[in-house]
Amino acid sequence: MATILVHVMPKPEILDPQGKAVGSALARLGFEGIDSARQGKRFELTIDGEVTDAVLEKVREAAGSVLSNPVIEDVVEVTVL
Amino acid sequence: MTARIGVVTFPGSLDDRDAMRAVRLAGGEAVSLFHSDPSLHDVDAVVLPGGFSYGDYLRAGAIARFAPIMETVVDAANGGMPVLGICNGFQVLTEVHLLPGSMIKNEHLHFICRDQTLRIENADTAWTTEYRKGEEITIPLKNQDGQYVADEHTLDELEGEGRVAFRYVGFNPNGSRRDIAGITNARGNVVGLMPHPEHATEPGFGPDSLEGGRTGTDGLGFFTSAIKGLLATA
Repeated sequence: MATILVHVMPKPEILDPQGKAVGSALARLGFEGIDSARQGKRFELTIDGEVTDAVLEKVREAAGSVLSNPVIEDVVEVTVL
Repeated sequence: MTARIGVVTFPGSLDDRDAMRAVRLAGGEAVSLFHSDPSLHDVDAVVLPGGFSYGDYLRAGAIARFAPIMETVVDAANGGMPVLGICNGFQVLTEVHLLPGSMIKNEHLHFICRDQTLRIENADTAWTTEYRKGEEITIPLKNQDGQYVADEHTLDELEGEGRVAFRYVGFNPNGSRRDIAGITNARGNVVGLMPHPEHATEPGFGPDSLEGGRTGTDGLGFFTSAIKGLLATA
C-alpha cells in the first residue's frame, strides 16, 4: 500500500476569502510577522499495489478533473508519500 | 396538454419541493426525478434545485455532477431541452460544464439570506421570455458559495454575447464578478442563477412588495416562460 498526496490551491488570481480571513485572524491573535495566508486542500489517496507511472498518470487525471476545478484551482503537487 | 417539468432531488437538495410547487403554480406538471435514476421520465424541461448536494463536500455541486441522472440531463440540454439551475443547481451546471465559470465562497465569508433585486439582462432565454429586458425583479437569495467568478476573457465573451442573464441591482451580495447573478448558454435553453425564483411564486410566501408583506411573486415568470415556450413548440 502506498499513499499519494494531491495538493490543490486556489488560483493566485482568484480571491481566497477563507485564506484572507485566516490571515487577518492570525494578525489579530498576535502572531506577528505573518503577512497573509492562503488556504488549499490536501488529499491523501491510498493506492492498492505499486505506484507505477500509469497509476500516477491516473491520479493526475483525477486531480485535474475531479479533485480540483481548473476554473478556480490549481493542482500544485502530486507526490508519493 | 401541459408541460412536464422535472425537478431533480440529490442527497442534500433542499428546495426541490418548492421548485415543484412553483411549477404547479405556473400551470405545469411537476415531475420528481431522482439523482440515481438516469431516466428523465419524458419530461420537457428540468430544474436542478437549490440546497447542499453531498454537503457541498469537495466543492459545491462537484459530486452531484457525477450522479447518473446528470449524463442524461447533459445530453438533453445539448439537444435543446430547457434546464434551469438555481443556486446549488447553478453550481452543478458549472461543474458539469454546461455553463462557464464557477462559484467561490462569498467575499464577506458569511452565509447571506435576503430579498435581492436583480435586473433581467436577457429576456430571450427559455426561462425569461415572460420578462422584459431591463425589468427589475425581487426574489430571495440565500447562499454561502455565491461569488460567481470566471477569467476576464470568459466574462467579456459572456457580456459580448448577451449571456449575462441577470445582474444584481443596488447591492452585490457576494462579490460576484461584474455583479453577475446568473448566466445562460449560447442557445438560451440552459440558465443558472444564484437567487431563488421558486421562493417568490405565491402570495403570502414571497418577498415583501409594494402590495404588502410577503406578496412578491416575481419568480413565477421563470416557470411560466418555460411552460409557454414548451407549449408553443409542442
